[in-house]
Amino acid sequence: MSKLIVTPNLPAVDDVYQWLVDAHVGLSDAESMRLNARLILLLANAIGDPQVIREAIDHATSIRGLESSSPCT
Amino acid sequence: MATQTDIPVWREIGEAPHPGVAGEKATVAIVGGGPVGLAMAIELGSLGHRVLLLNRFDFISAGSKAICFSKRTLDIFDRLGVGDPIVNKGVSWNVGKVFWGASEDPVYHFDILPVKDQKRPGFINIQQYYVEELLFEAASKLSFVDLRFGHNVVAVEPDATGVDLKVETSEGTYEIRADWLIACDGSRSPVRAMLGLEFDGRVFEDNFLIADIKMEGDHPPERKFWFDPPFNPGQSALMHKQPDNVWRLDFQLGWNIDREAEVAPENVEPRVRALLGPGVPFSQEWYSIYTFQCRRMEHFLHGRVMFAGDSAHLVSPFGARGCNGGIADVDNLGWKLNLVLRGEAPESLLQTYDYEAIATADENIQNSTRSTDFMTPKSEASKAFRDAVLELSRDHPFARPFVNSGRLSTAVSYPNSPLNTADVDLWAGGIKPGSPALDAPLGGRWLLEMLGNWFVLLADGWQGPEPEDVDVVDIAFGNSNVDLIRDRYDFSPGSAYLIRPDQYVAARFRKPTLEAITQALQRAQGRQP
Ligand SMILES: Cc1cc2nc3c(=O)[nH]c(=O)nc-3n(C[C@H](O)[C@H](O)[C@H](O)COP(=O)(O)OP(=O)(O)OC[C@H]3O[C@@H](n4cnc5c(N)ncnc54)[C@H](O)[C@@H]3O)c2cc1C
Repeated sequence: MSKLIVTPNLPAVDDVYQWLVDAHVGLSDAESMRLNARLILLLANAIGDPQVIREAIDHATSIRGLESSSPCT
Repeated sequence: MATQTDIPVWREIGEAPHPGVAGEKATVAIVGGGPVGLAMAIELGSLGHRVLLLNRFDFISAGSKAICFSKRTLDIFDRLGVGDPIVNKGVSWNVGKVFWGASEDPVYHFDILPVKDQKRPGFINIQQYYVEELLFEAASKLSFVDLRFGHNVVAVEPDATGVDLKVETSEGTYEIRADWLIACDGSRSPVRAMLGLEFDGRVFEDNFLIADIKMEGDHPPERKFWFDPPFNPGQSALMHKQPDNVWRLDFQLGWNIDREAEVAPENVEPRVRALLGPGVPFSQEWYSIYTFQCRRMEHFLHGRVMFAGDSAHLVSPFGARGCNGGIADVDNLGWKLNLVLRGEAPESLLQTYDYEAIATADENIQNSTRSTDFMTPKSEASKAFRDAVLELSRDHPFARPFVNSGRLSTAVSYPNSPLNTADVDLWAGGIKPGSPALDAPLGGRWLLEMLGNWFVLLADGWQGPEPEDVDVVDIAFGNSNVDLIRDRYDFSPGSAYLIRPDQYVAARFRKPTLEAITQALQRAQGRQP
């Protein structure tokens, strides 16, 4: 049974989005990657349910076209 | 077959004489007299089976190999009657500390034995050659065990009812036939190669320097692990106490190095000095460099040939799962082969060795691979996560359990083993079928001392006739305090556990009937589909 909420569930989405983007201002790619890693670990612990995290990874990795949106290609 | 100049000798055993006669027969031939082969010989020999053990070299080698022996291995050594001398020689420890960078405070520390009041500690450290020597001595006392060091197996030809072996000695070769062959011949297993069997897995591109040194002083017997310490920047390091004031220092070196130069004392010693600090006197025991791989055979059972130990599976050393995993194979295979040899179980019982030992190997490989990937991240993203864990762990307790410097070997459970009888009653905890029995004090002794070698019904107040073919251990009998056992096993009056000869739980019942016990026993012996 699916446990990951994939319908709208978060208020103030524009704020949250902006916080995420702003947190990376002035960071190199490597620093950004590390910041994201810290964020993911903090959020994963707050979620506290391995199944939800597993499903989130599955959803995130199932989205195609990641390569084409990369500025490096 | 005798001395090879590049292998350091710990103890000369001497070459066993050539048998002189043709057409010898053995019930069980064991190829390899490392820790796994020797333990296997003790297991089967003390159950009364004729065992022939063939080992290529005529000595026990020195050098740096295993030092960390797990509680589960010590429990098995106890069952084999060799626990005390090994534990008495070893250094007991339970605590591991992990450091990051220059900080003196650990970012993480763990206790490998969170459940106290058990006979054995979480781990002991002892040089592998001591273990081999003590196993050798115990095996040589068994009249059914024929130990032939300096005898090299050069050909094996299995058929449906046994195996023909060709053995080389300095006095010439001879042939011998065995009903069963157990290949405990190490990671490069000549038996595996002679049978043309694969050994798939992963090679890790990294080198580690082991400096075993002698040093006075009383540092606590803890496992210390560093990520990125100032004395080995960008790499990891490990420090461990061994008997005789010997310390193991282990430095990660990376992949592209000059191995010969790195192991030269003039290059090793500055590293050691940097770790120990200035002015600490030490002397060299043995310096070596190792790389590692994680591999396993697809199957450990091939007709009359079985594989155990490093011949069947290889892991990285972080987690101490190599030798400990091999001793678990002995534990699992011993009683099953015993029943088959006695004609009390069908040969198909051995299929469950394949199943259960592979479950153990897979868990060991998975854990040691994860530890290795944490220590040596294989991508930028992987490194970002690793560094994020370490950064967070300083101030955030939640991140500390993520720190992976090796998940140390503990007994593996088989929740889906075909030998288990599934619970029909309600249990709030206790030990599930397929898991190893948990130790506890009992009447001035230890519970695990009363379990093992045969099927035991561990009961809390047994009523009525005793079931056939099992030994009953009744904790309610006598007047010792059994609160702890009751708690650990979630016992209620009249309930009982059926425990296998390897101390694993096969079944448990709140209100056992003779019929239910018999059925569970038959299932655990592979006599019932
Ligand atoms: C640096 C290092 C550190 C380690 N630390 C640990 C640790 O802390 N804890 C742990 O659990 N494990 C550890 N290990 C792993 C451990 O040393 C091995 O898992 C263990 O030695 C395996 O035992 P074995 O009996 O299966 O094989 P081996 O010890 O390799 O023995 C195989 C034997 O078979 C003999 N043989 C081979 N071919 C033939 C033939 N054709 N005929 C007759 N005899 C033959 C060999 O001579 C040898 O004696 C470590 C390993 C290394 C290298």
